[in-house]
Amino acid sequence: MNKNKGRSRFLVLCLAPATILFFLFMIVPTVNVFRMSLFERGAYSPNETFVGLKNFQMLLSDTQFIRSMQNMILLVVVVTIITFGFALVFAAILTREKIKGQNIFRIIFYIPNILSVVVISGIFSAIYKPENGMLNSIIGLFRDMSDPILWKGEGLVIPSLIIAMVWQAIGYYMVMYMASMSAVPGSLYESANLDGAGRVTQFFQITIPLIWTNIRTTLTFFIISTINMAFLFVKAMTSGGPNGASDVALNYMYSQKDAGLYGYSMAIGVVIFLFSFALSAVVNKATDREPLEF
Amino acid sequence: MQEKQTSRSSERLYMAFIYLVLGLLAISIVVPVAWVFMASIKQNSEFYSNPWALPAGFYWQNFVDAWNGAKMGSYMLNSVVVTALALVLLLIIALPAAYCLARFKFMGQKVLHTLFMAGLFINVNYIVVPIFLMLRDGDNWIKNLTGGSFLLNNLFVLAIVYAATALPFTIYLLSGYFATLAHDYEEAAYIDGAGYATTMIRIIFPMAKPSIITIILFNFLSFWNEYIISMTLMSSTNAPRTLPVGLLNLMQAQQSAAQYGTMYAGLVLVMLPTLILYICVQKQLTQGMTVGGLKG
Repeated sequence: MNKNKGRSRFLVLCLAPATILFFLFMIVPTVNVFRMSLFERGAYSPNETFVGLKNFQMLLSDTQFIRSMQNMILLVVVVTIITFGFALVFAAILTREKIKGQNIFRIIFYIPNILSVVVISGIFSAIYKPENGMLNSIIGLFRDMSDPILWKGEGLVIPSLIIAMVWQAIGYYMVMYMASMSAVPGSLYESANLDGAGRVTQFFQITIPLIWTNIRTTLTFFIISTINMAFLFVKAMTSGGPNGASDVALNYMYSQKDAGLYGYSMAIGVVIFLFSFALSAVVNKATDREPLEF
Repeated sequence: MQEKQTSRSSERLYMAFIYLVLGLLAISIVVPVAWVFMASIKQNSEFYSNPWALPAGFYWQNFVDAWNGAKMGSYMLNSVVVTALALVLLLIIALPAAYCLARFKFMGQKVLHTLFMAGLFINVNYIVVPIFLMLRDGDNWIKNLTGGSFLLNNLFVLAIVYAATALPFTIYLLSGYFATLAHDYEEAAYIDGAGYATTMIRIIFPMAKPSIITIILFNFLSFWNEYIISMTLMSSTNAPRTLPVGLLNLMQAQQSAAQYGTMYAGLVLVMLPTLILYICVQKQLTQGMTVGGLKG
């Protein structure tokens, strides 16, 4: 009996701090996102008035919100496809082929992942700068630069963001897939070689199916983290400009909070929450396969 | 014979192509980073000529300006304090919780575990506005009671928020590791008369050292580089700022003042600690990630 009491006391002591902090700073705020979206709140007073779904009705006719959602979806889809495509192919090459300096490549490719997004946005503003930028000065060798290319101008800002985001993410996923690909037994590739299967066939028929479980989990989390990364990059690199051309939903939510429109800001938060859950559920369902063992 | 030769030369071509692509990708990463280091020792006048020109000399004044003038020195101290505090808090809180969740059966264990795992899907930046409002309301309440307030613009509170929001990932990683250990360790310790706490701290935690190091590395990077929460919770004009927020302000100020050298010196100051750490522990870092397989 005494031992049982000691056990309970030990469990409570160990679990209480984590549970309390988790509830206070994650569960309560999450519930609050949904609750506050139904209220209007004064900018400086905590008084709230219930407005029902009015905030959501306003969202439907807010063109800037729709634009920011479109940008977010575009960034998530394109960045995911490019990053995963390149990361898988490069990882397969680095694990399958005898590449000299394989380790050095791995070390270099991982570097962007340890840098702060603020640092990366600083690096990319040096690259994209219209006058004397790294990119324009190279292009200037081939063509006349009297009207410099505006990489962060309205037309090119989204592709510029995509490049920066892929640059940041690619190394991390490559190193991860290299780890799971090196666990695939080499004998499978040898027998495939004897059967005359080429590199491309081996990649699609052996490598991808065998690490599919890993791809699936990482894909789900990559999508959630890209929604967030898009915000971090936009906030630091463009603040949504020029003229809202690069605004993403989370950044729009944040700017509405700065404007003191808390209820409206949280309605955007609800849409982002539901969107990210729905998207990960769809991806999870769509990528469901019989797991293969080796 | 003829056929073998062509296949070998096409093989050569393929390998050359692979090296070319890998090399290009490596260059696209190394060159911009190295360029920032180079730019940080250039004089301001050098920024109006060819960007690929080597610096005329070591212009250390940029670093002095960034460290003192742009207050990057005191921001650095703030960042060190917040990161260290948050890491210590996280370890003290997450280690026992992960251990209990993985090794004990008790009422509500399943529910608690599921809740923490659900937390993996909640991104901190989705909920930064309610966290801010909650702390501000708390501040107003305390102000009415005592006249002062301490929840916002407080490095310690920021560290608590960092630690709390890192809990799901950390507990996921640690409890995954603890679950793989055999129960014999504890049984032997109990027979020797060790209590629950002693067993956990003396026997189990030392075995988890590799996982703990992985956790420290990943969370160090995410706390050191974080800027949205820090910017939101430290918004008053004379609040203590962390390094990335200070750098962001410096970059925005630079657009009008054209203090390029100072800005690039600031960039170097922010990334140098992480780069040094990376060079020291890159093996740990790239191997450790296979344990987790995901990140927040």
